[in-house]
Amino acid sequence: MMTNWPFSRRSVAAEVAVDTRLLDARFDPAEELALFTAAQRGSGGIVSFLGQMRGDGAELLELRHYAPLTLPGMHELAQVCAARWQLDGLVMLHRIGQLAPGEPIVLVAAAAPHRRQAFAAADYAMDHLKSESWFWKRERRAGVWRWIDPRADDYAGLARWA
Amino acid sequence: MAARLVFLGRLEDAAGMSERAVIAGPLEAVLGALEPDLAVALLGERVRMALNGVLIAERGGIVLRDDDELAFLPPVSGG
Repeated sequence: MMTNWPFSRRSVAAEVAVDTRLLDARFDPAEELALFTAAQRGSGGIVSFLGQMRGDGAELLELRHYAPLTLPGMHELAQVCAARWQLDGLVMLHRIGQLAPGEPIVLVAAAAPHRRQAFAAADYAMDHLKSESWFWKRERRAGVWRWIDPRADDYAGLARWA
Repeated sequence: MAARLVFLGRLEDAAGMSERAVIAGPLEAVLGALEPDLAVALLGERVRMALNGVLIAERGGIVLRDDDELAFLPPVSGG
């Protein structure tokens, strides 16, 4: 049913600037965050999370995806965040392909009128990117590729929102 | 003409390739024609399936037609 009520959740969610991208080459998180911040000057707070490849001995990390599901799923996740919290903007970037130690894997940033909404939305988005989005990763150590299984901790993160 | 199976994550290693053309037909027949170890891996409890890009809730009654793409999706690990 259509309504003219200007503060309905639907109309608020529709105004959220959502930017979800799969990137197949190295990106600059500082530059992305600067662009996002510039576009969200009216927001009270911006919370961001940057995930990068650990330097723990692995030589390469490879992130695989399944095109028909992965980006549509990220976009759906962003819409859920926008409907669940009062946000001004949300950016969600995720690498695919091969990465070297220290390279950024994922960047999530949420802009909101108040900080708690931004913290919660970024936290929720990360928990769901890690254990519910369509990515598979493997790493190469001493020349040998090995698939990485999800950690129990990742599922525990997801369960917090149930 | 054929249908296509797509193997994600470690299922790619089990299959030895990322995708494979199969003769269209009921899923049981398609899986029955594969190597037994691979069929068992594909039927794992935590493996989800997507037919032509849409997740399948029920496994029963799937019949692959020519040009269909059936993807096997093991537990994910992103971020």
